[in-house]
Amino acid sequence: MGKTAGAGKRVVMLNFFKKPLIRGGVHATEHKAETAGKAIFCDFPLPSKLYIPLQQHVGKPAEPLIKVGDHVLKGQLLAYSQGLISAPIHAPTSGIIVDVSDYPAPHPSALPIRTVVLASDGQEKWQKFPVVPDPFALDPEEISLRVGAAGIVGLGGATFPSAVKLSQGRRNKVHTLLINGGECEPYLTCDDRLMQERPAQVIDGIRIMLHGLGASKAIVAIEDNKPDAFAAMTAAAQAYPQISVVQVPTRYPMGWDRQLIRYLMGQEVPAESRSTDVGVTMHNVGTAYATHRALRTGRPLISKIVTVAGSAVAKPMNIEVLIGTLISEVLDFCGADHSETARLVMGGPMMGEALPHPAVPIVKGSSGILALGATEIKSTVEQACIRCGSCVNACPAGLLPLEMMSRIKNNQLEAAVGFGLKDCISCGSCSYVCPSNIPLVHYFKYASGELAARQQAQHKTEQTKRLMQDKQARLERIKKQQDEEMRQMQLEKQQRELAKAAAAAAAEAAQTAQTEVTS
Amino acid sequence: MMNRLKLNSNPHAKAESAVSDIMRQVIYALTPATLFGICVYGWSALFLFIITVAASVGCEAFCLRLARKPVKPSLQDMSAVLTGWLIAMTLPPHAPWWIGVVGAALAIIIGKHVYGGLGQNLFNPAMLARVGLLIAFPVEMTTWVASYPWFSPELPSFLESLKITFVGIDNIDVVSGATLLGHVKTELSQNHLLPQSIDGLFTIADLWLGATRGSLGEGCQPLLLLGAFWLLHKEIIRWHIPVSLLATVLILSSAFYSYDSTHYLSPLLHLGSGGLILTAFFIATDYVTSPNAVLGQIIFGIGCGILIFVIRTWGAYPEGAGFAVLLMNSVTPLIDHYIRPRIYGRDHKGKPLEVVD
Repeated sequence: MGKTAGAGKRVVMLNFFKKPLIRGGVHATEHKAETAGKAIFCDFPLPSKLYIPLQQHVGKPAEPLIKVGDHVLKGQLLAYSQGLISAPIHAPTSGIIVDVSDYPAPHPSALPIRTVVLASDGQEKWQKFPVVPDPFALDPEEISLRVGAAGIVGLGGATFPSAVKLSQGRRNKVHTLLINGGECEPYLTCDDRLMQERPAQVIDGIRIMLHGLGASKAIVAIEDNKPDAFAAMTAAAQAYPQISVVQVPTRYPMGWDRQLIRYLMGQEVPAESRSTDVGVTMHNVGTAYATHRALRTGRPLISKIVTVAGSAVAKPMNIEVLIGTLISEVLDFCGADHSETARLVMGGPMMGEALPHPAVPIVKGSSGILALGATEIKSTVEQACIRCGSCVNACPAGLLPLEMMSRIKNNQLEAAVGFGLKDCISCGSCSYVCPSNIPLVHYFKYASGELAARQQAQHKTEQTKRLMQDKQARLERIKKQQDEEMRQMQLEKQQRELAKAAAAAAAEAAQTAQTEVTS
Repeated sequence: MMNRLKLNSNPHAKAESAVSDIMRQVIYALTPATLFGICVYGWSALFLFIITVAASVGCEAFCLRLARKPVKPSLQDMSAVLTGWLIAMTLPPHAPWWIGVVGAALAIIIGKHVYGGLGQNLFNPAMLARVGLLIAFPVEMTTWVASYPWFSPELPSFLESLKITFVGIDNIDVVSGATLLGHVKTELSQNHLLPQSIDGLFTIADLWLGATRGSLGEGCQPLLLLGAFWLLHKEIIRWHIPVSLLATVLILSSAFYSYDSTHYLSPLLHLGSGGLILTAFFIATDYVTSPNAVLGQIIFGIGCGILIFVIRTWGAYPEGAGFAVLLMNSVTPLIDHYIRPRIYGRDHKGKPLEVVD
């Protein structure tokens, strides 16, 4: 009966009087209505060329094992993961590799990144994958391996290799798998649609993840502005008592794992620790869905559901596209007006990154493509801080953004750290509410980058210093050694001479004695 | 097509809020009480009000130009208008015009721009101006005229009002008198006991409804409270400072009143006089000069409340709101230094929480 909604209520009631369960956050204008009602569009025309970056994840870039001219099948491994934290890359369609070199990255810098260019042959011919009859019969370790081999990364946007996260969770013996179906970012509805249209597959993915983790229960948290997704997921989870689906308040950044953990469990994750230290790990619904696909069909992650929206987009929609599709093609398909676009964002408006131009590919971490008009971004001049404290009230981490900002402005970066700069999650709530239009996150990102650079420089200086000292010591040691050898040689020489002299003296003495005897 | 778009850090969305909106909301909240003051004190009050606000804006423009800052956008934030407005509300309604001008100059030049302009000042500019004027011009600043019912014929006429504002009050001893707190201070110093010495002169109802002598805008408590609720509703101010301030005055005055009602005023008279409501909701809540963290704001409010009560009861001045706020302003940086919100996953000292399984 009340396993789902009831469970949520119970958790909340238990902790209601203990301490505030949600701190800070903002209720941003949602802009979800434009796309939330439409089914995911799955018939995007096959692009003639796909640009597949070799790094679409946190960690080391994948190493290509194909060469230009090779013909590949859909789903075939293009590049293997390198090192402990990495993810492989697969061919999104069948075709010919036409280039492996540097192309602009889907990143604010648009700096070149190593990319495989695949010209599709239009056949969409899949590689054959062996299918496991029962994933629950597999060893949990095997689940991680298969998730890793399918190139699955955190699809909420964090792009951390999921296999690593699963193994970490298993090692730390987590008891709860938190599934983030919050989708707290404005505009984005891809997770909402996924939960509505493919709830059984998502739940199946969650069960497989639970098996892989060895965790006892899963909680799917869905913001209360998505009643349809909640209903669909609740129905799909009915048969599995270990999975509860709960509604959480619509308040950005509800999808921050630590915020959800505090809300659902009344417990905070200690600073400088991982959520696994309190027995919890969080994955996104999209990741659960990809896990389902990987384990049930054997097929790797090669497509992504993205929300295309913004006032410059004529036909906003959720669309399933192949990884490597150019953003410009997707935008054109959705009728985006480039002259109306004041800012192009990959991800949600709160934490997404601005792109300088749309000639960059969709990657595993793309959850949204927003072509925002000037009225939406409300870009205005930065004014003086009036210390109104809106940012303090909005900060979910309990920081003092205004104090950090004023220190950074005066180049007192260490002082900003003292106010909690390192605990900042760049969620953007402070900038969002600031009446003086101060780009607080921009200051914090600058300061963090600058501090890292300084630390690196210091590290380098120290290293050079150590090298110098080592050299000095080595030289001294060599000199000492040489001196020692020299002394030894001299000593030996002296001894030899002495011995020689002694021998000569002895010989002389013997001779004298002989002469004496003979004489 | 490949023109590069402008890049910015996240977020790429913004709430509908602006400094000028905040200032405008405060001005809306102050308007009913201000109109009431103008109605019961006559044209002179209106003249003084206009002069003070205009002088405030003028001084702001002057300072901005001197500092080579853009004048127009900064004036549009409405902060100078609000400062002038608040000064005017705390002035005796029949004060001469130059009191308004000097007050505005004190607030804007000394109180605000010397520190570096908006957001940089240590002291509340309006209170700095009021206290400065009180010390420099004690006569003008304590010449309290009686209030009259709305547009009553006893109010000075338009021409008389012009004369009052720009030349001075003629028969100063006839029209002026003491406020409740001033009266009480005098009476107590002459060893007169309390309930009798104010009987018939001041009633709680008169005090709360503004039918008494006092500053231009402090009179009508219901209208001030109306404005205060508007600001709370609009989330421009939060309850922590006003409630802790008023509660402190209420508790202290109740305690002393119940101990000795012949030497200590009743709590209702305390709350209704000396601009306490105005101070609690509109002055002490000034963003720039009050603490950021909730606990700090409560400490700030309690500090203001204690100081107000102490100055009123045992100090040389009959009312203490201005001094109390300025004194607490001066410790705000200290409060902000020690009282900070707890960071997620850390204890109050900033150490990571213990890992418990």
